[in-house]
Order: sequence, then C-alpha cells, then structure tokens
Amino acid sequence: MTQNDISLSTVVEKFPGVTERSSLDYKAFNVPASELLAALQFLRDELGFDMLVDLSGIDWDKETPRFSVAYHLYGTDRHEYVRVVSDCSEESEEPSIPSVMHLWPGANWHEREAFDMFGIRFEGHEDLRRILMWDGYPYYPLRKDFPLAGMETDLSDAEIQEETGTKVQAAPMAGGPFVAPQESHMGAREPRARDESWNEGKEKPSA
Amino acid sequence: MVSPNQEFAYNSKIEGEVIVTKADAVINWIRSSSMWPMPMGLACSAIELMATGAARFDISRFGAEVMRFSPRQADVMIVAGTVTYKMAPAVRRIYDQMAEPKWVIAMGACASSGGMYRSYATLQGVDRILPVDVYISGCPPRPEALLDALLKLQAKIKTESSVKNLLKA
Repeated sequence: MTQNDISLSTVVEKFPGVTERSSLDYKAFNVPASELLAALQFLRDELGFDMLVDLSGIDWDKETPRFSVAYHLYGTDRHEYVRVVSDCSEESEEPSIPSVMHLWPGANWHEREAFDMFGIRFEGHEDLRRILMWDGYPYYPLRKDFPLAGMETDLSDAEIQEETGTKVQAAPMAGGPFVAPQESHMGAREPRARDESWNEGKEKPSA
Repeated sequence: MVSPNQEFAYNSKIEGEVIVTKADAVINWIRSSSMWPMPMGLACSAIELMATGAARFDISRFGAEVMRFSPRQADVMIVAGTVTYKMAPAVRRIYDQMAEPKWVIAMGACASSGGMYRSYATLQGVDRILPVDVYISGCPPRPEALLDALLKLQAKIKTESSVKNLLKA
C-alpha cells in the first residue's frame, strides 16, 4: 500500500481537533492552530500532499475568531487537492498563527503578504516584513474595516512629501467600485458605478 | 541639365560665414531635436514605449531614441505606467536628479490620473508629484500617441524663452 492509497479521512482520526469542513469541490478540513503544524506535516509526509499551492488570510469581519488562514495543498503523485483552514489565535492584540515556512519554504512570501494585507502574525517566520506596502505603512488594507479608496497617511519618504506637498490620500471613488452587471444583456454590460447619483463633478446627495 | 536654384539657397559669397537668427530659436532647435528620454517604465505603457523605440515606429526619427537609464543624462522623463505610492518617492527622486532643462510626459491613463486604479495603493496622477508637460490618453496608449506627444512637446519647447531662463538661472 502506497501513501497514495491512504484515505484523506485518516487525518480526522489521527488528530482529535480536526473536523471536516463543508466544501463545494475537494476535501477540506478545519484544523485548530495548536495542531496545525503537526497536521500539515502529516498531510505532507504521510499522505503525499507535497506542494503548497496557496496560502491566504481571511477576514470574517464581525465574527469571532475574526481571522483565518487557508492552506491549499496538492499531492503531485495523488493528483488531488485538499484545503486546510485554521483560525488565528487572538490572545494578544494581533491575530497570530504558526508559520509553515519550515515545511514549505515557498510559504515565506505568502505569509509576508498575508501579514501585509491582514496583519496576521506568523509565529516562527524568519523574515516577517511587509511585502507589497512599504515598511511603516500604518494600516492593513485587505481588512474589512479598511475602505477600498484608502486612508490618508504619510508618504514613505518625508523629504519628498515636504517637497511635493503630497500625502497618501483616499482615492476618489465617484460611486464606484465600477462593476459590470451580470444579469443584463451583453450590450448593457459596460462597467458602471453602483451609485450614479454623484461623481467627481457632482456632490454626493446626503442620505 | 537641371541646376539647383542658387538664388533661394544660402550664398556664402554674399553673406559670408554668418547665419542670422535668434538665440532662442537656435537653443530651442537644439533642445527639441535631441530629447533623451528617461524611460520610467512602471507598467503596461512601458511595453508600448518599447514598441515606440523599435523599428516599426522608430522614435529615433524625432531624435529621442537615446533612452538614458541614468537621470543625469536624460532630458525628458516618460512616466509609463501605474505609479504606486510606494514607487512615487523614487520617481520624484529620479526626476530631481535630472539636469535642467527637463520635461515630463505622463504616458497613459494611470500616469495621468491613476486610471482604473482607484485604490489605496495608487497615486492618483503623477502630476501630484511632478510638473507634467504632456499627458497622453490611452490604456495603454498606441506608439503613435507617444510620438504625437513627443511632437507636441517639441512644439512647446520651441515656444520657450530659453535665453531669458538661462540668464535668470
């Protein structure tokens, strides 16, 4: 019997905290953060899920715990995917979860991105810096309470900010984001603002 | 036998070794005929910028083929693409390192106004940090549009009071 024949549900039998997660496509599991590293290592070494396809943060907004991290694994011999979702612990002020960069070195930049966008602290990560926004940027842009247009803050270079008098400003949304309606006729499917009652030249009517 | 009409050409026997003109006209002619670009290629407009430099569109017909990656040697900065807030200080710093006189072309919707990127990460138009001379519409603009902007910039340079500015400086 090769590892390809071992059923995925053995992970539920082996780890008491692991439960099956409802999924529309391939198998998915909820794993508590305390068992995350062991369960992922079991999936990698015993069940042959050797490739970390993606790692991303999720913000559930008002729910508790608010942040989760989703891991998408692929077995290159099994030809099978599995999804693992783990809630971040919120004991301290920042959400945190163990880093998997020692299981898959490719997780390095994925975790940096999730840290940059959601502020999830990956414990054990060797180089947890922002990857897209600059060092010192005060917000986490993909959190649900952060507006798409952005928030005013300082440029990364104080000298340039003084010279140009330009700060990081909220972008003018003018009723956007601009979306194409899915239900209408093809010809009418041009991207439009959700609210066309105002734009850059016309004030937004007060509610 | 057809001979060239000598009457309308420059006749050194009559006028000697002298050409009479205005200093502004000479300086502006020199400046506008060899504008070396600083290719600030940041996104897809830079692909069209490269096409403009290649054989089919051939920017060297207008004397601007010498793309200088050193700002010290460049005359016109072509901001081609989306300027993020992370990149903006670097763009301004490179502009500051260019020697006077210098000009800026904002190439494409993103460089001109932020384009479709109405988001937290994108500078809403490079004119917030640089004095832009010519804006080009398009997403990205065709090479012809960039050449048109170059000609418009040349026309603008030819109206400048270069001598007065030089004396003032």
